Amino acid sequence: MLKIKDYVKVKSIAEAYELNQKKSACVLGGMIWLKMGNRNVSTAIDLSGLGLDTVQEREDEFYIGCMTTLRDLEMNRPLNEFTQGAVKESLRHIVGVQFRNCATVGGSVFGRYGFSDVLTMLLALDTWVELHQAGRIPLPEFVNQKKDRDILEAVIVKKTPLKTVYLSQRNSETDFPVLTCAASLTEEGTKTVIGARPGRAMVAEDPEGILMGFAGMSRKEKKEAALKFAEYTAEHMSFGSNMRASGEYRKLIAKVLTRRAWESLGGIKA
Amino acid sequence: MNLSFWLNGEYRHEEVEPDTMLLDFLREKGCYSVKCGCETSNCGLCTVLMDGKPVLSCSVPALRAEGKKIVTLEGMQKEAEEFGSFLADEGAEQCGFCNPGFIMNIFAMEQELSDPTEEEIKEYLAGNLCRCSGFVGQTRSIKKYLEYKKTQKEGAEA
Repeated sequence: MLKIKDYVKVKSIAEAYELNQKKSACVLGGMIWLKMGNRNVSTAIDLSGLGLDTVQEREDEFYIGCMTTLRDLEMNRPLNEFTQGAVKESLRHIVGVQFRNCATVGGSVFGRYGFSDVLTMLLALDTWVELHQAGRIPLPEFVNQKKDRDILEAVIVKKTPLKTVYLSQRNSETDFPVLTCAASLTEEGTKTVIGARPGRAMVAEDPEGILMGFAGMSRKEKKEAALKFAEYTAEHMSFGSNMRASGEYRKLIAKVLTRRAWESLGGIKA
Repeated sequence: MNLSFWLNGEYRHEEVEPDTMLLDFLREKGCYSVKCGCETSNCGLCTVLMDGKPVLSCSVPALRAEGKKIVTLEGMQKEAEEFGSFLADEGAEQCGFCNPGFIMNIFAMEQELSDPTEEEIKEYLAGNLCRCSGFVGQTRSIKKYLEYKKTQKEGAEA
């Protein structure tokens, strides 16, 4: 059971940061995950009064306040146009509308949850996080850092032109995913992210350059490269078992989703 | 701690503990339509409207309602009665335990989506679980209700 001694709706991020230096303090996101644990919180820090609950479209980036709900992200037209609907696809299967009206982007990212659809999607984009103390750092760097007492203010998605796609597999609608997969293709190269392994989402590396020059490949070459990279990813990424699926099953699904993602980006209908 | 908010159209000043969730608080205040089903944010039984948006009251700290407008089924009796008749006509009310949260989300959907398809209805209501039925009767009742409201609106505009 979650016990809270004091509840402070802060007036600034600096105040939140100061309060959060105490180990028993806790920053509240959407409370979805937090409230299910057994924890004694001395000071619950509520950021909901700071106006950090919107997606701002700027010239070269989307600035997503940490308290933006997953539903607001899902319904944000410019962001979804930029990602060809991939962001919406990554969110619409998460429980229900009411849940997504509670859960926040900041909570999902700061928690670095293994099951997170959001983290998988964001890792496939040119995403940065803005922290009160550490400033802006790339999301891949942030997810691999040890959790500290800094405050996540915003998630920034750079408008690096890309083609992207998001896929997930669930045992039943609204359940946690068995596996998630996001892929993106930019002028600089390719990126594939696999999540819910069930561990935290990871970028699937391409050291053999299987997808190199993907955009310029013929249809046949794209199909072959998609299959070859899917096999490579399934073979080289680690998968574990939990109550939703075995590691062996996840490995098979990873191959299928990775292939489908790249076929989709290559304009090949599965 | 002090909490000032609107509950079903009435401005209230209340005292609340820092760790009280909105679900428990609303039931303490007599809103028994708000049910605790799963307490894991999955079933949708505790759905209420917060500034017009459906939220899971089991997952919202009561103090987050500060300055907000909270609406429960108690505040929408007339509308609930109207939709309830469609639910009953299709034999979809069943045990009734999930109905308050389900109905609140239908009202939210009505505000958010115009002329939704069956697919869109199912997607919007995916977070409302019913263990009595297979959602077939509910879907029928929603489609008939929305059609009725559409006809009513068109009639008023003509």
